[in-house]
Amino acid sequence: MTALAQAAVDEAAFIRVRGLEKSFGGVEVYRDFDLDVPRGKFTTIFGPNGCGKSTLINMMSGLVPFEAGTVEIGGRDYRAAKIGYVFQNYRDSLFPWMRALENIEYPLRVRGVPRRQQVERVERLLAQFEITLDLKRHTYEMSGGQQQLVAILRALVADPEVLFLDEPFSALDYEMTLYMRDRLQAMFVETGLTTVLVSHDLEEAVYLADVLLLLSKRPTRIVEQIRYDAPRPRTPAIMGDPEFVTTKQHALELFRAEMQR
Amino acid sequence: MTAATRTLERAPRSRPRLRFRAVAAVLLPLVGPVAFILLWWAVSAAHVVRAVLLPGPFETLGYLGNELVHGTIAADAAVTLTRTLVSFAIGAALGVPIGVAFGSNERLYRSVEFVIDFFRSTPASALIPLFILFFGISDINKIAIASFSVFLIVMFNSAYGVMNARKSRILAAKVMGASPFQVFRDVLIFESLPQTFVGLRNGISTALVIVVVAEMFIGSDQGLGHRIIEGEQILHVTDMYASIIVAGLLGYALNVLFMVIDKRLIHWNGK
Repeated sequence: MTALAQAAVDEAAFIRVRGLEKSFGGVEVYRDFDLDVPRGKFTTIFGPNGCGKSTLINMMSGLVPFEAGTVEIGGRDYRAAKIGYVFQNYRDSLFPWMRALENIEYPLRVRGVPRRQQVERVERLLAQFEITLDLKRHTYEMSGGQQQLVAILRALVADPEVLFLDEPFSALDYEMTLYMRDRLQAMFVETGLTTVLVSHDLEEAVYLADVLLLLSKRPTRIVEQIRYDAPRPRTPAIMGDPEFVTTKQHALELFRAEMQR
Repeated sequence: MTAATRTLERAPRSRPRLRFRAVAAVLLPLVGPVAFILLWWAVSAAHVVRAVLLPGPFETLGYLGNELVHGTIAADAAVTLTRTLVSFAIGAALGVPIGVAFGSNERLYRSVEFVIDFFRSTPASALIPLFILFFGISDINKIAIASFSVFLIVMFNSAYGVMNARKSRILAAKVMGASPFQVFRDVLIFESLPQTFVGLRNGISTALVIVVVAEMFIGSDQGLGHRIIEGEQILHVTDMYASIIVAGLLGYALNVLFMVIDKRLIHWNGK
């Protein structure tokens, strides 16, 4: 296989959305909406408030129903796909009656994985990402960052085909946000997992992206898919880099033009 | 100066203060009971109320102590406690599963909501004659009516616990691939537990209230309720007051017990 052909396979749409329709209380949010999410890439979604950023990944992951259209993940209907999902509100999505470790094991338990293999799988996961948290604690005893880390591990433990994250760091302070971005990026580099992250922070959306998906006001369309090819692992120093600044500037201009429409 | 030496210097000064705080923490809760007994003593010693109607606190407590060791008050308390616990057990055993079932199907609950709210709002004591008609003047009657009250309270709270379960955790389980049964067993039950426990705590208090009332008015020869009404009728008021104190202590003990179980079992509540 030539290098060119290899690139074409990598670029193949892993998630394919066609003719998606969705309205809330009579207001159309999505109408005849198409989207391709590339395999093995980090896609971030950014757009104005109320354009349905979160709704989009919720529909792709089957959390929110839609009126018409198809969503395929890895060539099959989305309902057959193994999905990892990280919620914005870790406090309301983790199970406080379980210890952190049991939370991480839960997706394996649901799938009926034998106990021995559950333990092995979690151990491998923790070693892979160099996690040193005390997971015998209950989640409410942990800091916000630690809780969200547990939520991410829980999303990854069952080897999902795609990882969705809905503004995962918006409840954390800035220092913790920077730290968590880099943990997530390291996990992405390690696994090469197709990742889709919704962000309300343009800086974050560029920093983490291979592809930044800029959405319009509703009815929502894709304003532009912006590529950002800086090598990984990226560090916060890159935010002063001319290419980063240009990309962010470009996205900001499109965003402001969209707001004034 | 390092932090360590600063702490060392401050330590002797703060120690007496700490001790004072610790002593205060132990003594403060005793202020109420002591004040209450003093007030009781003052009222009875000043003969504001006739001695036949209100014996002094020390006389009453002395009588109670003697009665506990040599008399039958402990046996009566045991009967009342047994009836309360049996009623509670029956009401809870029926109330929790039926409440959870109703809660899982909101339409079903809405269809019976009025009936539940009606009987919940009806004073259980108003139903005593009705229960006498059906169950006669028996031990079963007392337990039947108390169980009925417990059942309503527990079922109502369990149903609401399930209905108000946080949607986000249910969604989280679904997206991880949990089946409806797994969502129910692993999430819904736990989400409803705090509210269910509110129902259980109210239930045990109500069970005691109804059992004592039933013992007063549904011919019995045992139990604290029977003892209280008899003390009043033959004017053995010291025994009446002693029985009231025992009934109060029983209720308090049950409440504390349930609070401890609640905290232990539902450790995540409010966090």
